[in-house]
Amino acid sequence: MDVFLQQVINGLVQGSMYALIALGYTMVYGIINLINFAHGEVLMVAALTSWSVIGLMQESMPGLPGWLMLLISLIIASVVAATLNFAIEKIAYRPLRNSPKLAPLITAIGVSILLQTLAMIIWKPNYKPYPTLLSATPFQVGGAVISTTQIMILGVTAISLALLMWLVNFTKLGRAMRATSENPRVAALMGVRPDMVISATFIIGAVLAAIAGVMFASNYGTVHHSMGFLPGLKAFTAAVFGGIGNLTGAVVGGILLGLIESIGSGYIGHLTGGVLGSHYADIFAFIVLIVVLTLRPSGLMGERVADRA
Amino acid sequence: MNASQNTKTIALGVLLLVLPLVLQQFGNAWVRIADMALLYVLLAVGLNIVVGYAGLLDLGYVAFFAVGAYMYGLLASPHLFETFPAIAAMFPGGLHMPLWVIVPLGAALAGLFGMLLGAPTLKLRGDYLAIVTLGFGEIIRVFLNNLDQPVNITNGPKGLNQIDAIHFFGINLGKKMDVMGFEVASVTLYYYLFLALVLFTILISYRLEISRIGRAWMAIREDEIAAKAMGLNTRNLKLMAFGMGATFGGISGAMFAGFQGFISPESFSLMESVMIVAMVVLGGLGHLPGVVLGAVLLSALPEILRYVAGPLQSMTDGRIDAAILRQLLIALAMIVIMLMRPRGLWPSHEHGKALQAKEGA
Repeated sequence: MDVFLQQVINGLVQGSMYALIALGYTMVYGIINLINFAHGEVLMVAALTSWSVIGLMQESMPGLPGWLMLLISLIIASVVAATLNFAIEKIAYRPLRNSPKLAPLITAIGVSILLQTLAMIIWKPNYKPYPTLLSATPFQVGGAVISTTQIMILGVTAISLALLMWLVNFTKLGRAMRATSENPRVAALMGVRPDMVISATFIIGAVLAAIAGVMFASNYGTVHHSMGFLPGLKAFTAAVFGGIGNLTGAVVGGILLGLIESIGSGYIGHLTGGVLGSHYADIFAFIVLIVVLTLRPSGLMGERVADRA
Repeated sequence: MNASQNTKTIALGVLLLVLPLVLQQFGNAWVRIADMALLYVLLAVGLNIVVGYAGLLDLGYVAFFAVGAYMYGLLASPHLFETFPAIAAMFPGGLHMPLWVIVPLGAALAGLFGMLLGAPTLKLRGDYLAIVTLGFGEIIRVFLNNLDQPVNITNGPKGLNQIDAIHFFGINLGKKMDVMGFEVASVTLYYYLFLALVLFTILISYRLEISRIGRAWMAIREDEIAAKAMGLNTRNLKLMAFGMGATFGGISGAMFAGFQGFISPESFSLMESVMIVAMVVLGGLGHLPGVVLGAVLLSALPEILRYVAGPLQSMTDGRIDAAILRQLLIALAMIVIMLMRPRGLWPSHEHGKALQAKEGA
């Protein structure tokens, strides 16, 4: 039982990070119908930035408490990520808004490779240890353990999600975002500036990715230039799983995916009599995705949309 | 075809035939680059059927390439022979299937995989299809990586080696050959084989494009609902496009395995799928000359840069090496070309017209 509880805790932590990243994908997709392949790389840049900032702070002000360092580095990383995502949209996606659909997808992939390469040049391609800034002694919860970092991840995710929901549902900007994703042209007629809304969406997505990036780094303890790829892919899967374009769907999809992965990889060995091991964890996401989409082609919470050419 | 066009075609043909003999003088590495470029052309033309004609974004194309390559690798290397005594008993001389068995098998298996993947997923909308195919590619790669236990089938991350070179009609492409006193290297022989295959594939592809099926695919690409209303069986046609594309992928995979003599799951990463899609889109979606141009450009140019990157590496204190420079260049090319020419370097006229009309509406 405690093994099961442990897998659930790990799954929730993993899933909440997926949810944060998935929100960035789903918001962008909801508004401009683009799979922002570079989203995972924004996460990576944020994590590496926070690593550099923490390194600098540990050298210059060694007395600072760990949580404060993490917070400062998170803020700086968010600013960097937001600026980066804003620039990416402006340079690589905006000029192509009326082009064939595949064109921005290719530039997105190009930006993703470019960012990885630049990160390799700036930060060198080795794995860097990310310092443990919060207390390392874990708490006991009914036979399972949970670390301070994991508690922080769950807390930060909950707060971010609450803030985002408030922003989208109860502010003027949120209303503009919802209107633009419904129909950009009509929204523009009603006095919404789509360009501004799109930029805001990219900035918000980047901040969420930055939070997820710093959490990822502190949970796994390493950072490197290709760390954004797999979480990005899984988070996109989560977004599709929940029904892309739907914010609640992204959160539900992310958390479910985290749980499925962690419980699945924990028990697959038992279930198959040791034939398949936990190294198959990475394909769970995709198998679940294929099954779900086959049964429910628009995702768990997606609305049925008629295929428009 | 008028006279000047004829001369151009003949000149191009002669150039393509002489090219490896000239490159050979500078070293076999240059011919290898040409070989790989031809393989990528093969893949890009195959994917063009799926993405370019039928408009189905497939981000897991490399899976079919892998299926073909592993088919060849397993049936023509000592791996199965050494691992399974039963097979050793069946083929006392070692498992060396002839090309005529492996290539059709590989192509058929890849085509079957394509249909299997396509059957449940083809009713999905564009982007969902993209992510499902991407997931499928990853699944195949993870299986190749892990199927070394409990029964060692793929030899895991170590891959298969000592794969037989391609040989047929008593000609072994793995060894150099003397033709009237002139020495033709093994890579050059492969070049001619791949060139012949590429020409054959382009011919099939072109005939498909102007056929009833090709027109149906393009109708689906432009507007699926309208195509359905015109009485096209869109599901079967889409499945066919998937199967066809996968078959070409499988054949190229088999060629790749024979050419390299070694394969491992590393060669079949998602990045590879993305590169092939980029080749098709950069060159010009659905336009054969454009696709060929895109494939040659993206595969050969960065390789050539590898040879001039040395000085740059010493200048930047080892931070920028050849591999990084290559990646940087590919990324920049993808962004810049798309920004300047969103329809690709060499788009088809017809497609362009239809799109302009749509934008104007």
